Amino acid sequence: MSAPFPLVEAPCPVVSNDWVNEDYKHLVLDAEHGATHAAPGQFFHLLCPSIGDNVPFFRRPMSIYRIDAARGRLEFLYKIVGRGTTTLATLAPGDRLNIFGPLGRPFEFARARHILQVARGVGLATLAPVAEAAARLGMRTTALLSARSPQHLMSVDYLRSVGAQVLTVTDSEGTSDVAAVERTVRRLIEEENADFLVTCGSNRLLQLLQRLGREYKIAGEVALEQHMGCGNGMCFACVREFHSAEGGINYRRVCWEGPVFDLQEAVTW
Amino acid sequence: MVNMAVRIGTLELKNPVMPGSGTIGEGLTRVMDLGRLGAIVTKTITPDVREGCPPPRMVEYKDGSLMAIGIPCKGPDHYVEHLLPHYRSCNAPVVCSISAPTVDDFGRLAARLSVPGVSVIEANISCPNLLQDGRAFGMDLEASAQMIRRLKASTDRPVWAKLTPNVTDIAAVAQAVEAAGADAITCANAMLGMAVDVDGFQPALGNITGGMTGPCMRPIILRMAWQVARAVKIPIIGSGGIATARDALEYLMVGCTAVQVGTVNFIHPTAMLDVIAGIEAFCQRKGIGAVRELTGAMRPRESFTEQQAA
Repeated sequence: MSAPFPLVEAPCPVVSNDWVNEDYKHLVLDAEHGATHAAPGQFFHLLCPSIGDNVPFFRRPMSIYRIDAARGRLEFLYKIVGRGTTTLATLAPGDRLNIFGPLGRPFEFARARHILQVARGVGLATLAPVAEAAARLGMRTTALLSARSPQHLMSVDYLRSVGAQVLTVTDSEGTSDVAAVERTVRRLIEEENADFLVTCGSNRLLQLLQRLGREYKIAGEVALEQHMGCGNGMCFACVREFHSAEGGINYRRVCWEGPVFDLQEAVTW
Repeated sequence: MVNMAVRIGTLELKNPVMPGSGTIGEGLTRVMDLGRLGAIVTKTITPDVREGCPPPRMVEYKDGSLMAIGIPCKGPDHYVEHLLPHYRSCNAPVVCSISAPTVDDFGRLAARLSVPGVSVIEANISCPNLLQDGRAFGMDLEASAQMIRRLKASTDRPVWAKLTPNVTDIAAVAQAVEAAGADAITCANAMLGMAVDVDGFQPALGNITGGMTGPCMRPIILRMAWQVARAVKIPIIGSGGIATARDALEYLMVGCTAVQVGTVNFIHPTAMLDVIAGIEAFCQRKGIGAVRELTGAMRPRESFTEQQAA
């Protein structure tokens, strides 16, 4: 599809929409325009179908799990939590899903040499494309993944296949507490020269990385979530609080100024 | 070939479709050519810099949304220097929506914003009047009229009054602003509503109350547009729950000259283009040569009497 505008709203055929584990599904779409224009950290605004009493009025923002430009495909990894994802889960191969995007500010890690990703739950989906893009740029990536149990860890094989070093911690094994993660992050910074921190999906991990980022003077970014209206900077519904340069607090649109923000400017919750 | 042009006072529009204030932004220029619109209505500008309401700012329903955004604004200078150049370069007249806490502030703001590139001042008179305990200007006949008179004295641009639907007799407000010199009426803004997060025992919106918009509002605002059309002679721009060409046609037929498309822009970013194309196709199908013939084209039913209408 060729278009004079960088953003496109288009119905895209569903290639597959399979369960990854009891909570998560993996959606693959044929979306040539989207796949060739999207960058890691950006999202698409999905027009989830209406089924019975489940009528999602607005679109639902979904961060991109994988950009497969060669095959013209976009992949999403999502947890079923509300009206939108419930109806999204019913899509079958051959159905069409209207998507709008790509939207938002992507990760900017061009000056990094060794990226350390720390993600929990669905946050992993948002960070995964960073590893693939970083590998193409010759950067090293270490992914520290946190989950409830080993069965809830996703994409370990995918991340390894794109060259990332993968470390896992889980609640059920008692390895995911903040103190343990902190020791690992310190080691990666001190001994393996990790020089850029990215995170998504956990307030505790965000607080930890902000603290260590300040201590070691290492830059980083965080991808944040918020309920959205338009997804394109127009309605101002998706604001969150941020630390402003002047020292106060201001509101910024997650869809427009984000969803990727400077690690230290994010206000933890 | 359908003549899609309409005239609102001295202003000629190439078609009757424009966005509702606050429902488009710079982001839309990355999806479509804003120059295809009849006009570009910009988000309300206030004299002060405002952050807006605390989140959450939005609740959605099956057929509409409740939003409390609070007019975040970087002030008039930022508008003139940074936003207006963006919209001016599109091939459509710019309608600048304004709001202020007092009549004096309204007048000063209109004067400041009457700059090259701004074709119309749309007065968002639904905002609270700080000198009257926060009661909206648009809820009070005299306050509305006083404000429109001040605007007419402060700017040489046409002044459109955007009415609030939160009144018992909208036709009376329409007559008051017409008498005060308004060049056109936009009917109408959002209806006040609220929602409760029952699990959290708290209001669902950070601002407690918000504005209800979207398709669910159309029957109510359409009724108001019809009442206003019967009460005044100045042009009316219908605005309430328009998502499709057929919705827009309803507003034209009850007496509106143009329409504003709002909430649907958040869901279907090119909806306004579909509305324009759909109106044109309808005219072709019905053998109507000019879209302006549709204004007030609704005919009474056979059994209709004026008594029933009252």
